[in-house]
Amino acid sequence: MMLKAALRKAHPMPDPIQRVALATPPKLAHQIRGLSDRTIAWLFVAPTIFLLLAVNIFPLIWTIRLSLTNFRTNRPNNAVEWVGIENYRKILTNPDTWASLQATAHFLVWTITLQVLIGFTLAYLINKKFRSNDLWTTLIVLPMMLSPAVVGNFWTFLYQPQIGLFNYFIAFLTGADPASFSMIGEVALAPWAIIIVDTWMWTPFVMLICLAGLRSIPPSIYEAAECDRASKWRQFWTITLPMALPFLMLAVLFRGIENFKMFDLVVQLTGGGPGATTQLTSIDLKREAFEKWRTGYASAYAVILFVTVFGLASIYVKALNKVKDR
Amino acid sequence: MKNFLNGLTRFRRGPWEMLATILIALGVFMLMQPFALILFTYSFVVTLIGTVMFIITSHFPE
Repeated sequence: MMLKAALRKAHPMPDPIQRVALATPPKLAHQIRGLSDRTIAWLFVAPTIFLLLAVNIFPLIWTIRLSLTNFRTNRPNNAVEWVGIENYRKILTNPDTWASLQATAHFLVWTITLQVLIGFTLAYLINKKFRSNDLWTTLIVLPMMLSPAVVGNFWTFLYQPQIGLFNYFIAFLTGADPASFSMIGEVALAPWAIIIVDTWMWTPFVMLICLAGLRSIPPSIYEAAECDRASKWRQFWTITLPMALPFLMLAVLFRGIENFKMFDLVVQLTGGGPGATTQLTSIDLKREAFEKWRTGYASAYAVILFVTVFGLASIYVKALNKVKDR
Repeated sequence: MKNFLNGLTRFRRGPWEMLATILIALGVFMLMQPFALILFTYSFVVTLIGTVMFIITSHFPE
């Protein structure tokens, strides 16, 4: 009461903080004043930790538990049996799962290689000052802003053997008949069809990150190199590339994780076909979980993918920190 | 090599993290290689051991 009176006397029109202080019941205010800094810090962090546990940790633990059972979501009334590591054994001896992991590896290696090479080259060129620089940057970034469903849909039209512009462009370059090949209908071409679309869509993302890296290099380093008569080639290998490397590695990490779980674009383009040529792990997993309704099996599959991505990301982050410290 | 083995016996972070990294990389390679199904079968165990080892050994002293 004394505090309230003192505050009112000092400030006839209290500000919002004071208003909250005045509205706090004296008993509660006394209790809060008795808390240590550490306890107050924990009180502030607790909601976030609770949310993290509820949204991330609990589902993970639940998935691990389900992976050791024969639970099926479409038969909730059936008795759930504990099957131990049987689901893991089935997955890891299944040639179809092996094939989908190989398809994912092919997709990952080529998309990341192409995106890094083209993205870095574009960033290097855009970093040079020239007229309509901003316009080019905006145009290059456009594909990244589109929805994967839209991109998948219009690339399906571009890949049409009869009317597709892509086929006509290839025919113009090679002299082949445009209707003689189908990018999304042939076993040999379909994996490349999804690689081309993903590269087209996500190279701008790599370019933006590389551009940030290139723009962070102080011009004084290049000026010093010029004074030492270092050639442009030498400047690129000893200044540009090492200083942009952490950014490049970050782009590879983001794209690697994202492409490991690639789903929407490929489903829209090929639906995993022809056959199972472009059936990436996420598509395979979705079919096991929501078409065959083998929830326990799909959970084990998800755990295997999680451990793989987690392990890779751990060593990658360690390497990234080493490069940054250098 | 001698330093590496010494580090392992003294539970130093560097060599143990290196070993865990090799195991994870080997496990991922085994998971995605197109050569032998038997390698694919044991890939998860190798990756899991590597990942758990990495989490534990990152708390070892330098």
